[in-house]
Amino acid sequence: MEKIVVKNLYKIFGSRSKLARDLLEKGVSKKDIQEKTGAVVGVQNANFSIQNGEIFVIMGLSGSGKSTLQRLLNRLWEPTSGSILIDGKDITKLDKNSLRKVRREHFCGMVFQQFAILPHRTVLENVAFGLEIQGVAKEERFERAQKMIDVVGLSGNEQSYPTQLSGGMQQRVGLARALTVDADILLMDEAFSALDPLIRRDMQNELLELQQKMQKTIVFVTHDLDEALRLGDRIAIMKDGEIVQLGTAEEIIAKPANDYVKAFIQDIDRSEVYTAGSIMQEPREIAHSNDGPRTILRKMQRKGLSSIFMIDTERALVGRIDADPLAAYLKENSGDVAGKVPAELVEKTLPLSKETPLQEVMVKIQQVPGPLPVLDEKKHLVGVIVRGAIIAALSSHPETDETKGEDQ
Amino acid sequence: MNFVLTIPKLPLDEWVEWIVAFLRGNVRWLFDGIRNGLNWVLGNSESFLSIGHPLVLLGLLVILAFVIVGWRMGLFTLLGFGYILNAGLWPEMVQTLSLVLTAEIFILLFGLPLGIWAGRNDRVHTMLRPVLDFLQTLPAFVYLIPAVMFFGIGMVPGAVATLIFAIAPLIRLTSLGIRQVPRDLVEASEAFGATELQKLFKVQLPVARTTIMAGVNQSIMLGLSMVIIAAMAGAQGLGREVLAAIQRVDVGNGFVAGLAVVILAIFLDRLTATFGEKKQTKA
Repeated sequence: MEKIVVKNLYKIFGSRSKLARDLLEKGVSKKDIQEKTGAVVGVQNANFSIQNGEIFVIMGLSGSGKSTLQRLLNRLWEPTSGSILIDGKDITKLDKNSLRKVRREHFCGMVFQQFAILPHRTVLENVAFGLEIQGVAKEERFERAQKMIDVVGLSGNEQSYPTQLSGGMQQRVGLARALTVDADILLMDEAFSALDPLIRRDMQNELLELQQKMQKTIVFVTHDLDEALRLGDRIAIMKDGEIVQLGTAEEIIAKPANDYVKAFIQDIDRSEVYTAGSIMQEPREIAHSNDGPRTILRKMQRKGLSSIFMIDTERALVGRIDADPLAAYLKENSGDVAGKVPAELVEKTLPLSKETPLQEVMVKIQQVPGPLPVLDEKKHLVGVIVRGAIIAALSSHPETDETKGEDQ
Repeated sequence: MNFVLTIPKLPLDEWVEWIVAFLRGNVRWLFDGIRNGLNWVLGNSESFLSIGHPLVLLGLLVILAFVIVGWRMGLFTLLGFGYILNAGLWPEMVQTLSLVLTAEIFILLFGLPLGIWAGRNDRVHTMLRPVLDFLQTLPAFVYLIPAVMFFGIGMVPGAVATLIFAIAPLIRLTSLGIRQVPRDLVEASEAFGATELQKLFKVQLPVARTTIMAGVNQSIMLGLSMVIIAAMAGAQGLGREVLAAIQRVDVGNGFVAGLAVVILAIFLDRLTATFGEKKQTKA
């Protein structure tokens, strides 16, 4: 379901913004517009939608308009024109009071690069701040704040003041403050950029873990491509106020829309270095062709898999079986499932060899759902590649990079 | 350059006189009202401070200094104000204190809202700035003349002149303090759906507290520096003692009265300065 829909959104700074927008639509360059009207284009004709429960990353260099775009979503800054639909309701037309209501009901507030927590308040009071704004009674808001403090791992620091905490802990306060509100949409503006790399990595992982449980719609602004790849279900890359490409990490790396994006991903373009063999994992569990459907489903449940590869007695690959249809089949035929898995439940898949370059892996993984099998020359299953592994490989800094840095 | 000398002098002085005369003639009721109101506050604060034996007030001041600042300041207050009492300047000290406090009450009453307004609104800020510059650079004596003309002689013109002279730094520092609140703090509260009042009272004022308290401190100090000038308009108190000593070239008494002003100044300065820092050290 679409949580946020943005249509023809413009933000132009300056007193003659409407005129500047008309010129922009006629194709006048931004530089000429700035000379003529003094107006600066912040966001130009943004069109996209954000799904419920997804992490949507807006990425770009500084000045690309990414933070501006984010601040338009809750109208912290007023758009020049265009519409923003939250759950189907256009918020650009709302008056101040209705807008405030929307912010309280739909948004978890924001998480900022410099934390933006109040220096004169304790951790507990800071975390309860969002609820305090909403007028929640003291007892209840402290109780809810306390729960969230435990969730983000700040227990024991409730009565500390922000200056007594490290950067990472301060950002936990910022995150807890937002999550305590328990609305659907969480805005994060360069939230981890001020943290040192190790802490940043921890926080990213924790955010992903929390997201598993909470299923918020997160709009995450960053200038760091590694971070975008790790966190984003989809990524919008911005340049000079325009979204130049929007897609999943794989799509962006496999098919950069233009030279700008290409240059951007060049740093992390290790797809030529990597092959399927270098990023594959051992299959955690394998189905054999003579296993019954019930056995196979149990195997998958035990390992928490949503799909599994089946091999025959020669260890050659037969195909992929998905958990959902298999479970449905078992439910339907609850009496008679003694035999083998019916052939229609065994999906065809695209086998890879260990030498398949990453570029090709990324193209193939988009063509079929689920993981891909890696086979050796005898067609034996030696590994599997899941979507996350590709991203992890691309966004991690291999040791070779670091040693190279030390030599210089 | 010659033509400057040949054109007739601009009658600015006559215009000012005309305006003052016009105001005196036509809005007398307003000035009388202000005068009566101020007199009432001044009289009450003075008689309130004079309740009971001087030792009662002295003890109160010592406790205040001890609790808020520390034992050193408590000791200083005991010795300093003890000396004022000993020098026979206690009633004058009380008059000066009530003058300064009364002026400060009105400074806070007008200065804080104006400063907050200027801090949150760019247009008000730009309009107010030249006015504040003007108020602060104009010699303090100049306020005295219209003050006397409007309010006669006594404590009231002194209080009014003090108010106008000392209000500028409070407005300035309040506005500055609010402007210095990091933008993301304000945005954070807005993103939660804060109302303007919540934004002001939960974010802007608490964060700007130290700067605003510095403004309060500055305005009190400037107010104290006005006591001698206010004495020229007939205000009673330590200022008048100093003034009288100057006129009689009485170095000894002038010094003693001056010292009493300094003791009062140190007391008020330390007290208000500590007030601003207090919570910051805890954080």
